[in-house]
Amino acid sequence: MYDIYKVRKEFPMLNGKKMQGHDLVYLDNASTTFKPRCVIDAMNEYYEDYTANSHRGDYDLCYKAETKVNEARRKIAEFINSDVNEVVFTSGDTEALNLVAYGYGLKFLTKDDAILLSKSEHASNTLPWFKISNMTGCHIYFVDTDKNMITPENVKKAFSEHPNIKVVAFAHVGNVLGYRIDIEEITKITHEHGAIIVVDGAQSVPHVKTDFKKLDIDFLSFSAHKMCGPTGVGVLIGKYDLLQKMDTFLTGGGMNESFNSNIECVPYDAPRKFEAGTQNVAGIIGFGAAIDFINEIGLENIEKHEEEIHTYLLEQIKDIDGIIIYNNDHESNLFTFNRKGVFAQDEGTLFNSKGIAVRTGQHCAKMLDELICEVATVRASFYLYTTKEEIDVFVDALRSGGDILDAYFND
Amino acid sequence: MPISMTNEMMRSIIMDHASHPENKHTPSKEGYEMIHMHSDNCIDDLNIYLYINNDVVEDACFEGVACTISLSSTDILCDLIKGKTKKEALYMIEQYNHMMHEEPFDDEVLDEAVVFINTSKQAARIRCATIGWTAADKILKGEK
Repeated sequence: MYDIYKVRKEFPMLNGKKMQGHDLVYLDNASTTFKPRCVIDAMNEYYEDYTANSHRGDYDLCYKAETKVNEARRKIAEFINSDVNEVVFTSGDTEALNLVAYGYGLKFLTKDDAILLSKSEHASNTLPWFKISNMTGCHIYFVDTDKNMITPENVKKAFSEHPNIKVVAFAHVGNVLGYRIDIEEITKITHEHGAIIVVDGAQSVPHVKTDFKKLDIDFLSFSAHKMCGPTGVGVLIGKYDLLQKMDTFLTGGGMNESFNSNIECVPYDAPRKFEAGTQNVAGIIGFGAAIDFINEIGLENIEKHEEEIHTYLLEQIKDIDGIIIYNNDHESNLFTFNRKGVFAQDEGTLFNSKGIAVRTGQHCAKMLDELICEVATVRASFYLYTTKEEIDVFVDALRSGGDILDAYFND
Repeated sequence: MPISMTNEMMRSIIMDHASHPENKHTPSKEGYEMIHMHSDNCIDDLNIYLYINNDVVEDACFEGVACTISLSSTDILCDLIKGKTKKEALYMIEQYNHMMHEEPFDDEVLDEAVVFINTSKQAARIRCATIGWTAADKILKGEK
């Protein structure tokens, strides 16, 4: 294991920050994570020492920027166990999923085909597919769940009821309830039925070892900012032959070999055919530094730490009445709840007044209310730097409750 | 209403309107102008209705899902806006917005709405405290 207090020293946001006059307790890591000094420094170094466009010039600075971008691509490929040319840089998880939807879905799906989603998906793994359905006329089906969990059996059932499913798109770990699905088995079933699987890894890749090749996934997306990296950068990992077959989504400079007045364009091979325009060079370099940072701590250690924190939290709150927990039977970094009779956002403001950052609302999963029958929830999410002392502060706040208007009237 | 009312009084006014929002219902007759408001950082999802006759807001009501602050502030808005001319109503909304952003405001016209004077302490909730008021402002200015 690692020394969490030593690790915390690496994060400017974890050293002396206050919110509402209290020491900051940041429990919104499923939304975004804090950045360690090495990530910030790597980005600043690019801006201060070798700013240049990547792939655009014959001078040394440009070469260095390009080398650093390639280095980051290699680090990500090793981290996720893919080939280097299977890593496409995007602006984040959302753009990555849009890229598959438009590049693959729009090209290959017809009105006779179908896409399988779940009602617990985040908007970014739902709305691009809605668009494709509108554009191609293909159907969208929602997989049944067992206690809100997608099981291989339910996926099998969906295929037997709808043999025309050609794309299955699920999050490996849901962003509200945190259930981790059996992606290996579900991928196997999907392939047996001649379909492809798109995995939204935004909430899983930063926390659990994800082996792209071993799992045999077709497409995997994730964002840097949920794993100590910068905002505005993410990746689509795709099997190379599928990436090659896919259409480009954005076109422009940097993605083509040639174009001419006959209205012809020859794109580069994947991944560069998808990377039109000047890329987020600083962000990509910061992403590479974040991968180094995570590797140094060890993903297995991070997973173990989060489990420990989660178990500790559940132990501490056992005797608190009036708390409805929606996901106390899983092992992720998410704790999703409501206080009986208190609207989630009012609860969130009360936490804010005590210096605790939690997420409230629908968390961009706006069909989930059909499963859990709750319009909004409060979500506390941990990461590698969350301490038991922070959990104590959170539990104290949960225990003491208080009038929601205290947040406005207490000094 | 004097701005010097105690915190306890302010709390109880907010909670009364949130627990029993008398103006939370659909219009009982035709002819209301309606605007739909949805918050991007809260669950608030409201329809606001104003019945305007001869330049006077004769009735106001709302329906939908909302947090305590938006429920209460919208209910108070509906109480206060009834019977006001468009000009008076717009002036009141303007003063309310000044109060939200800690700018000098005319408390004479805000009456009970001064209970939201502390909203800026929880800046993320200003949107909740103003959602109904912004809706009324849009209807009155014909910005639907």
